[in-house]
Amino acid sequence: MSVRFQSRLRVGVVAACLVAAAACFVVALFRGKPARAAARPYVTDALAYVSPVEMLLSPDGARLYVLCQGTDEVRVLNTTTYAEIKRVHVGHIPRGFSFSPDGARLFVANTWDDTVSVIDTKTLAVAATWPVSAEPAGVVEDRAGKYLFVANRISNDVAVLDAKTGEELKRLAAGRGASYITPSPDGARLYVTHIYPNPTPHRTAPESEITVIDTARAVVVERIPLHGIAHGFHVAFSGDGRLGVAAELHPKNLVPLAHLEHGGAFIDTLMLFGEDVGPRPVEVPLDELERYFPRPFGVAISQDKSRIYVSHGGSENVTVIDVARLLRFIHAHPDSFAEDLSASANYVIARIAVGRDPRGVLLSRDGRRVLVANRLDDSISVIDVATRRTTTVPLAGPKQISILRHGEQTFYTARYSFQGQIGCANCHIDSTFDGLTWDLEPDGFGVDIVDNRPIEDLRGTEPYKWNGGNPDLPTECGPRTEKYFWRSENYDDLTLTDLVTYVRSLPSRPNRWRLPHGELTPAQDRGKALFERAVDKFGNPIPESNRCSFCHSGPKGTNQKSFDVGTGRVTDRTGKLDTPQLSNIALSAPYLHDGSAATLEQIWTIYNPDDKHGRTNDLTKDELNDLIEYLRTR
Amino acid sequence: MMNGAWNRIAKTAAAACLVLGALACVAAPVMPKFRFENFTTANGLPDNHVYSVLVDGDRIWAGTDNGLGLYENGTWKTYNTKDGLAHRAVLSLALDKRTGDVWAGTMAGLSRISSGRIDTFTQLNSGLSNDVVYGVAVEGEHVWVATAAGGCMLNLKTNQWTLYNERNTPMFEIWVYGVAAAPDKVYYAVWGSGLLELNQKTGRWDKYDDPDGENEMVLFKDQGLIHEITTSVSYVDKVAWVATYFGDSRYDGRYWHNFLTKDSGLPSNFTNVVKGVDANRAWFGTDRGLAYYDGTNWSVYRPSLTDGKPEMTVRDAQGNVTAEPVTTAPAHHYILNIDLQGDDIWVATAHGLSHGIREK
Repeated sequence: MSVRFQSRLRVGVVAACLVAAAACFVVALFRGKPARAAARPYVTDALAYVSPVEMLLSPDGARLYVLCQGTDEVRVLNTTTYAEIKRVHVGHIPRGFSFSPDGARLFVANTWDDTVSVIDTKTLAVAATWPVSAEPAGVVEDRAGKYLFVANRISNDVAVLDAKTGEELKRLAAGRGASYITPSPDGARLYVTHIYPNPTPHRTAPESEITVIDTARAVVVERIPLHGIAHGFHVAFSGDGRLGVAAELHPKNLVPLAHLEHGGAFIDTLMLFGEDVGPRPVEVPLDELERYFPRPFGVAISQDKSRIYVSHGGSENVTVIDVARLLRFIHAHPDSFAEDLSASANYVIARIAVGRDPRGVLLSRDGRRVLVANRLDDSISVIDVATRRTTTVPLAGPKQISILRHGEQTFYTARYSFQGQIGCANCHIDSTFDGLTWDLEPDGFGVDIVDNRPIEDLRGTEPYKWNGGNPDLPTECGPRTEKYFWRSENYDDLTLTDLVTYVRSLPSRPNRWRLPHGELTPAQDRGKALFERAVDKFGNPIPESNRCSFCHSGPKGTNQKSFDVGTGRVTDRTGKLDTPQLSNIALSAPYLHDGSAATLEQIWTIYNPDDKHGRTNDLTKDELNDLIEYLRTR
Repeated sequence: MMNGAWNRIAKTAAAACLVLGALACVAAPVMPKFRFENFTTANGLPDNHVYSVLVDGDRIWAGTDNGLGLYENGTWKTYNTKDGLAHRAVLSLALDKRTGDVWAGTMAGLSRISSGRIDTFTQLNSGLSNDVVYGVAVEGEHVWVATAAGGCMLNLKTNQWTLYNERNTPMFEIWVYGVAAAPDKVYYAVWGSGLLELNQKTGRWDKYDDPDGENEMVLFKDQGLIHEITTSVSYVDKVAWVATYFGDSRYDGRYWHNFLTKDSGLPSNFTNVVKGVDANRAWFGTDRGLAYYDGTNWSVYRPSLTDGKPEMTVRDAQGNVTAEPVTTAPAHHYILNIDLQGDDIWVATAHGLSHGIREK
């Protein structure tokens, strides 16, 4: 090839590139998005990420089982090399798994399928799929192999199944949003935590519990009270069973956010209980005075009981606690000190960075490594206990980061807030809600109290905020969040766009009150007629604006307008309230804009004396029950 | 002569009496005897007016006018409204044997006591038909409730409430005093409206009334329910035992048998509660004492209505009544509720709670 030809070729390529670039610019300009394609590393494709959440070691220690929420599978790895042995497909959005005591079976709780997958660990194939209750999140078999216990998030209970057949025998009342089950070391007891607070009177401190189940009798024998706690996650025990620890979120929702002097809206804590602690549980902070470690989730205690390891979803690290120092400290300070963030300096000995949204924590059999499942990085961090050095084991999956994934990472991190105090997922637990009411704005004590709402299926429900003050999600998630929550510089425009894209993509979970094929029960059918009626029981026409179906119209149950329905408070700045959507309304207690109605019934039995919130006072009690049965199907 | 004859006659009569008396003693049926231990506020009971009692293994729950008492390991613990109980007056109690949860019907709602946590359901915060809960029963995953405004049922799986009243059952009055539930049948004792039966398999309701109507004369004995004002129902071994303020009844699904003071051992027709032991035996709590029927004979336990001294009487099938020597009796003759603990009995009265310990 001659130099001249090469020169011509070069000129031609450059010219072609210029033309192509110009064409791209024109196209991009026409689309109004000139910067993204050129400047952003994120792709628009919807990619199937692995999203590991929990891990287990096989009884012989040879295999590592990884529960992958994004791909609906269990991945089986070689413990030494981390090479993949097999993938086992399970139900949709698995959240918890455990082995049978003999290790022959692996049970997986599939939250959106309402099933438990039973995997034969010899063949690594699904041997059975058992239908269970609403949104199973945790599953454990008792040591005798008689019962299988399944924690149900939506029905707030623990179902007891026949471990051989999967037949449901009974349900035990647990905390609201029952999720994580941990056996005591001897297997005689199960400890169950829950992710939403138990019901309490309006504007009182949240209350939670650890539900303790006797596995032999399959009954609840104790409820360890967790005062002030709204959200509980994993529990771990020392090998001798004398020390139990639970990862928790302790909100300060009764205090106006603008007035929080000492720290953020949450304290990230551990609850300690057991013989080493004393007759009452003790809550200890994990945060520091000017640095926060949001959303403690996974917990593990070393076999020699010298260390506790805690993963933090928001701050993307693992806290290491010296147990001896911790116990010395709590015995020297018998009073509650959860809000004294200086306390953590007495027992926290290290913070180790891991991947995004770390979840399950697992100790290797020899106790020399701590494994952490990084949900939003599709990886496992392996921490060398002695050196505290971390290596990362990637799980096979998409190499590129999509816009949705970036939005999800943004949603779950706390890095954007002042001192890393909180992230979106603090109040929207697992992208849902938190069951709390908050005093968010700097408008004085007790002014404009608001109920937190679920964020699923938000398309077509704008405007947002209790008074409809935010016309769209960028406003809701951007300046408002920056001002009231993060108290820090907010996202750049494109990060905000990705966050909004993620939030807008959240689907509505399956409605558990609907019959298959959209049929209604007789009670639901009668309730639907009441919802849509235009004439009251006395034959009087109901004005259109006073019918349920007027404001709560359309597929989402909102006409996207604001009205005075008589539930405004003297402490509200406006009496006009945004009409909330009805999607999965049964799940999101409390109700009304300020959460004053503890149940759906109270909306009408207490807070609708003048029929301003729909004509309902002509209804009998059974008719009101029918109306509520219908609303639950929305 | 005359004196001698009279002496002989008197001796013969005395001997005959002794023989007959001895025969009568031999023939007197053997009925269960108890040593009653009574509890009042003096030894820890929350209140002396005890509406309801529930045996929960070794534990005893007492629904009183001032809180729910739990007797365990020899001491009483009291739950009240500050603990989350719906109301201080606990009218009825039921045990979910599968879960160990206790359900308490009160004057202001229904409470579930589950390992110390109390959840309360009212007509304002739930689908409960009325806050005055006279009766409660648990069967499987269903909690059946008798209230002052009809019956209702809570499905513990779905949290759905179903109401039963004059609109969807043959319940002419809606003041429901008692409920008994089994896998096949549910019975409601409706004050002024007889007995309602729900066939759980078919969903069909049947209503059993007094064939004499609301007439207080018994014109048709053993032809149906003894009276419309039913107060309590117990269903065991496919037999319904029904209490009213005007006598009691036994119904085996085909035949009725009525019990009245005039032709049975009932100490009073005014019966607050009935507790069936099996198809043939039952306990009755009346305003004049505690009665036991073994299918043939009756025994009554109470403090004397005149001097308060403990008494036990036995009535055989022929109507012969004998007094048994006893040293203890239930705390009061006005009996409100009964539960059984093996061979022992627990009795809620208007003035204290009694534990009848069976004597061998």
